[in-house]
Amino acid sequence: MIVGIDLGTTNTALGIVRSDEGATPEVFAIPQLVKPNDLQSRPTLPSFLYLATAGELPEGSMDLPWGAGRTFLVGEAARERGAEVPLHLVSSAKSWLSHAGADRRAPILPHGAPEGADKVSPVTAAVRYLEHLREAFDAAHDVKLADQQVLLTVPASFDAVARELTQEAAKAAGLPNVTLLEEPQAAFYAWLASVGDSWRDKLSANDRVLVCDVGGGTTDFSLIEVKDDGTGNLTLERVAVGNHILLGGDNMDLALAHHLMQRLAADGKKLDAGQQRALVMGARRAKEQLLSDAAVESVPLTILGRGSKLIGNKIRTELMRTDLEKILLEGFFPACAKDDAPKEARRTGFMELGLPFVQDAAITRHLAQFVSRHADGLPTHVLFNGGVFNSPLLRERLLSIIAQWGEAPTVLEEDDTDLAVAKGAAYYGAVRSGGGIRIRGGVARSYYVGMETAAPAVPGIEPPIRALCVVPFGMEEGTSVKVPGVELGLVVGEPATFRFFSATARKDDVPGVVLDEYTWPDHLEETAPITSTIQAEGLEAGAVIPVTLEANLTEIGTLELWSVAKDGQRFRLEYNVREQEDA
Amino acid sequence: MHPILAIKVFFLVLFGRPIPLASFPPALLPAPDEPDEPVAPPAPPEPRAPTPPPAPKGPAPEAIAVQALAIFQSEGRLLDFLSEDIEGYDDADIGAAVREVHRGCKKALKDHFDLEPVRAEEEEALVTVPEGYDPAAVRLVGNVVGSPPFSGTLKHKGWRANAVRLPKAGEGKSALVIAPAEVEI
Repeated sequence: MIVGIDLGTTNTALGIVRSDEGATPEVFAIPQLVKPNDLQSRPTLPSFLYLATAGELPEGSMDLPWGAGRTFLVGEAARERGAEVPLHLVSSAKSWLSHAGADRRAPILPHGAPEGADKVSPVTAAVRYLEHLREAFDAAHDVKLADQQVLLTVPASFDAVARELTQEAAKAAGLPNVTLLEEPQAAFYAWLASVGDSWRDKLSANDRVLVCDVGGGTTDFSLIEVKDDGTGNLTLERVAVGNHILLGGDNMDLALAHHLMQRLAADGKKLDAGQQRALVMGARRAKEQLLSDAAVESVPLTILGRGSKLIGNKIRTELMRTDLEKILLEGFFPACAKDDAPKEARRTGFMELGLPFVQDAAITRHLAQFVSRHADGLPTHVLFNGGVFNSPLLRERLLSIIAQWGEAPTVLEEDDTDLAVAKGAAYYGAVRSGGGIRIRGGVARSYYVGMETAAPAVPGIEPPIRALCVVPFGMEEGTSVKVPGVELGLVVGEPATFRFFSATARKDDVPGVVLDEYTWPDHLEETAPITSTIQAEGLEAGAVIPVTLEANLTEIGTLELWSVAKDGQRFRLEYNVREQEDA
Repeated sequence: MHPILAIKVFFLVLFGRPIPLASFPPALLPAPDEPDEPVAPPAPPEPRAPTPPPAPKGPAPEAIAVQALAIFQSEGRLLDFLSEDIEGYDDADIGAAVREVHRGCKKALKDHFDLEPVRAEEEEALVTVPEGYDPAAVRLVGNVVGSPPFSGTLKHKGWRANAVRLPKAGEGKSALVIAPAEVEI
């Protein structure tokens, strides 16, 4: 069996291809608690972890058929219980995993839980979700998930450190052999699986496909280009990925609920916390009904009384189509020009250290920025992914805005935008061994090691930094590069720490190129620092030895950096995700 | 009913055939009438049908009934609705609430029971009830004369649960809690 796992920010899914030849991917219905004691199967496992305190829930009520004595919940039960007790709920762990400003191996979640409360690290949360999948899979099959070929998807925007941490989580969850695959590519493979060989009739050389993925909590753009290999054969190449944008369908539900709450407040009706949750869920249902049926003008919402009097204490309101369109279209998909960029709100001096949520909710402006930064031209085709695009209204809106920028793109139709990534990942696993069409792409960023320049020390002023390119954009899996030209002096026995940077929009830098601080303020992002400790026999502690750098992009999708001494000894540079004082 | 008969009947119901008493652990059986003499080792058992696995210690029937109520209360507030005095409300108010109750209870039903009609035909269709029909699955009404096969009009398709997935029942006192009291801190 070949298994694709979509470890999502809000939902996790598992796709299966049973044999290699022309098999259609299936979705594994994941057994999980939907309430304490209540085991049901669902197409997705909500990516939520609930940490219960001792005695909070009846003993044994969190147990699974394969695990007794549990003190935590994963999946739908975690999400539902967590809505009632938010301080025990770990959510969006994946966004934390890619957040360079946080120590991702330290117990920092739930974010905002008081001192002394139970906490886990973002890596541990990912381990719990993957463990659940492994145990549920093993219980339902006569083979073990660990023995299958497993493709695990990550956002295209995940940098080398976030990928490394994802691998680490998979290993800790008992899945030592997983290969990473970018989510938008997986979505594209799902489309390839559905059209088969006829994709060559639907796309032609020089077409540019925008994969537009708006999930529950995140938005991701990738661009895949169709090329002619010179012999008339079409190849596919992923040429650009956008940044990780923390904005998604859940924000839309909250915006609608907020609007309804304001209307109720204007009538003097106040909702308690439980009713507010009911209102958000009601707003989501009303949104889906309005978006799927253009004939409906308004949807009534009834929030039942919280106590045992449900009719007497109920509150009624309704969501009007005009309001919905105004909030969604103007708020999230406003018309904008080709050269627009997201608006940055003025940041105040004190910022809570949390997830770097975007300031501008306009998905279209984020898209405009992506297109103008990366594409040589506008996309000719669009592949929608993520539950938000089940709505024809929102698809049409996005398409019409791209059309205003130039030419109207063609849509590549996909049936199941919610489960496409898991299915596509499994399909990719099946075709990659069978020589089927593969999307080439390599690494979606270039990487740089920071070097302090030799400058006279000035108290209070940090010496300027230069960035040495070590990994070029597009470097392919399974290859390595030696960084020419530069030798670093490392002290034996003492850890040397380097600042580490990446860029998604610098495609022409080759290894060995050095950038001055003044030329890169816009496009370079700092990721976790890297540390090298040289300890080897025959080398005296304190001695300085010259090393060169080597980068190796593994077949499973992680990036390894090595320092190589003159005598050929190699030392791995580790990512240091501990929180930096200045971060 | 004599306890041992009750056990027999229970297994008759559960497995469709009586279970040899020998398969019960001695503690479940009444003390033998014989005086306490050292018992001779039993003769090697004669070959017989493989004994079914010992019956799992299941929850009390009351606890299962409570779980069924609990799912409709937690998803659809059914108990709150049935317990509320609806005399004073007008139909529009009740209707609005019923939509919510209906939505929730329907979800609870779909999640926990796989339902299908007993008879696949359309209602008001002419159907034949064959000889040896299951009177629990088909109820005859009207001018029933003679013996099957009968032919008649299907008035109601009936319902059958193909699968039931109730939450695990609690134990002891808490087994009878349908919905916990809520306290906001």
